[in-house]
Amino acid sequence: MKRAITRIGVVRAGVFFGLLILIPILGGPVWLLNLLIFTVMYAALSSSWNLLGGLAGYPSLGHVAFFGIGAYAFAITFSSGVGNGFSPFLALPVIGVAVALLSLPIGWVSMRTRADVFAIVTITFLFITQTLAFNLTSLTGGAQGTSVAPPPFDVSTYDWPFYYAMLALLAVAMGISFYFSRSKIGLSLATVRADEDKAHGVGVRVTAVKLIAFAVSSGLVAMVGCVWAYYVGFIYPQFAVDPLITIGMVLMAFLGGKGTLWGPVLGSFILVPAQEFFAQTFGASELYLLAYAAVFLVIMLFLPRGILPSISERLRRRKLAAAGDARDAAQLAESKDAVAASKTEVA
Amino acid sequence: MHALIQAIILGILTGGVYALMASGQTLIFGIMKVVNLAQGALVVLGAYLTYTLFTTLGIDPFLSIIITTPLLFLVGIGLQWALLRPLHGEDVAQLSLLVTFAIALAIEGALSVGYGATLTNIQPSYANFSWTIFGYQVSLVRFVAFVLSIVMLGVLYFILRRTKFGRSVRATVQNPMSAQLLGVNANRVSALGFGLGAATAAAAGSVFGMLNSFNPGSHYDLISRLLTIVVLGGLGSIGGSVVAALIMGVASSLVSALASPIWSDFTFFIVLLLVLLLRPRGLFGAKTRGAL
Repeated sequence: MKRAITRIGVVRAGVFFGLLILIPILGGPVWLLNLLIFTVMYAALSSSWNLLGGLAGYPSLGHVAFFGIGAYAFAITFSSGVGNGFSPFLALPVIGVAVALLSLPIGWVSMRTRADVFAIVTITFLFITQTLAFNLTSLTGGAQGTSVAPPPFDVSTYDWPFYYAMLALLAVAMGISFYFSRSKIGLSLATVRADEDKAHGVGVRVTAVKLIAFAVSSGLVAMVGCVWAYYVGFIYPQFAVDPLITIGMVLMAFLGGKGTLWGPVLGSFILVPAQEFFAQTFGASELYLLAYAAVFLVIMLFLPRGILPSISERLRRRKLAAAGDARDAAQLAESKDAVAASKTEVA
Repeated sequence: MHALIQAIILGILTGGVYALMASGQTLIFGIMKVVNLAQGALVVLGAYLTYTLFTTLGIDPFLSIIITTPLLFLVGIGLQWALLRPLHGEDVAQLSLLVTFAIALAIEGALSVGYGATLTNIQPSYANFSWTIFGYQVSLVRFVAFVLSIVMLGVLYFILRRTKFGRSVRATVQNPMSAQLLGVNANRVSALGFGLGAATAAAAGSVFGMLNSFNPGSHYDLISRLLTIVVLGGLGSIGGSVVAALIMGVASSLVSALASPIWSDFTFFIVLLLVLLLRPRGLFGAKTRGAL
């Protein structure tokens, strides 16, 4: 299963990130950059979710809780002091590691269950976090929300730092995903996904690798939450811990292909612009939710395995078919030759 | 002491309604092994149907159950047939779970389009009437709701124990493979089972709408409570869900009376956490059930 570093892979990653890095510098319009920030944010979230949900087969529906925890941790730390500028970005790794450590006991408890029950437990964790965000008013400001001191960035390039921070987090998430796929951790996670009991039986340290995946995934999501909080400035419980963000992560990974490196990214680059389009067309109104649910259902019913796995399956089949044709042709030619040979012999 | 007993009475009465909602959800899990995240949304849908029947046609909320229950029974069958049956592949359980979430979102969206996001409440003339028994308040609506829930649970019990359909349901719950070998039509049982689950949601919804203010987003609150109840009772066990609903009703009512109402939801989460730590299969869950 070890994934090789191929030239085409390096080129693909280089072109993708190179293009994304260049877009603001080349002077893309403001709406494009704004859209890209959220697209890249979801790509990073979905890639992080994929470390657990895709690679280990533990479909967490509560990951937005860590997003919210990260956002609140950031907002509480940098609520005052105008002119923080770039220094808050340096706090990202600290908050990420802290949330990852915090997530360990949560992961340990919730991963005593499997599959659908795990989904229940994690979704309950989401509601716990939301309730806490509403109720711990002295810390979070409750329903009134809380705010981050706005950074003194230049207006013309205001969005840039947030965009590059999101992009960096996406790169980290994809890098970890790639590293997992080349290492023993990834192999262990694959065995957990296939058959956890058997894996445990043959000596795979299932609890350890599951916890690693859970913690890394939560920590990354929390860091994305930090950047989001800094960007939007005001955070409220219903937006920081929004079930729709969880569903977004899951849906994008499913659409692109969960368990793959590029699947979540592809899913995000399709769904976030689509989402934005719905929001523009239907306003922020209720029809938007209906459209979202419809897209959701269509993906689940018609593309349950995701775009990338479906394509690679088709390619593989075609290759096999081509190989089969070639073999048949070769055999046919051989038999013709044999017949011809026998004919000449007879003659 | 007075407050304590009052809270317990309130908790039992509320627990009865939760029992009705949760029994439908656990029934669906038992038959199809699908955790139905749309159960809360179906309850809210039932509440809105009742609200509409009451405000436009003046039909009594309790009586409207005769209309809403069969209606949602059909909706449930339709949903199962259109959206859940076509799913196949290795991770059907995961996909089904996500599909039910999508159904919940769709119902929330549709209700928001129809009714807007403002909180509503079904207010029949007797809404605020209550008896005083030995100094304890028992509200008429809550009491009738409780009795009604018990009656509906009785009907459900009768269907499962005494009818041919019920026998095939129980067979499917015990062992889907052998049930099919013995001639149980799995698709039919799943569709009817989902319909039945939705029907309990409808009945519970009418009552829920009288006891609480609600809006299309209320299903999130409901589903988080229902999930706790079914996990505590043991997924797939109807008896377990009834007991768990009563326990949770009393527990949250006590917390709300003795501590503060804002923490009453939290009781659910704490209980869920304890169950998972101490006994992950719940009170009455079967040990062999695949999910745990």
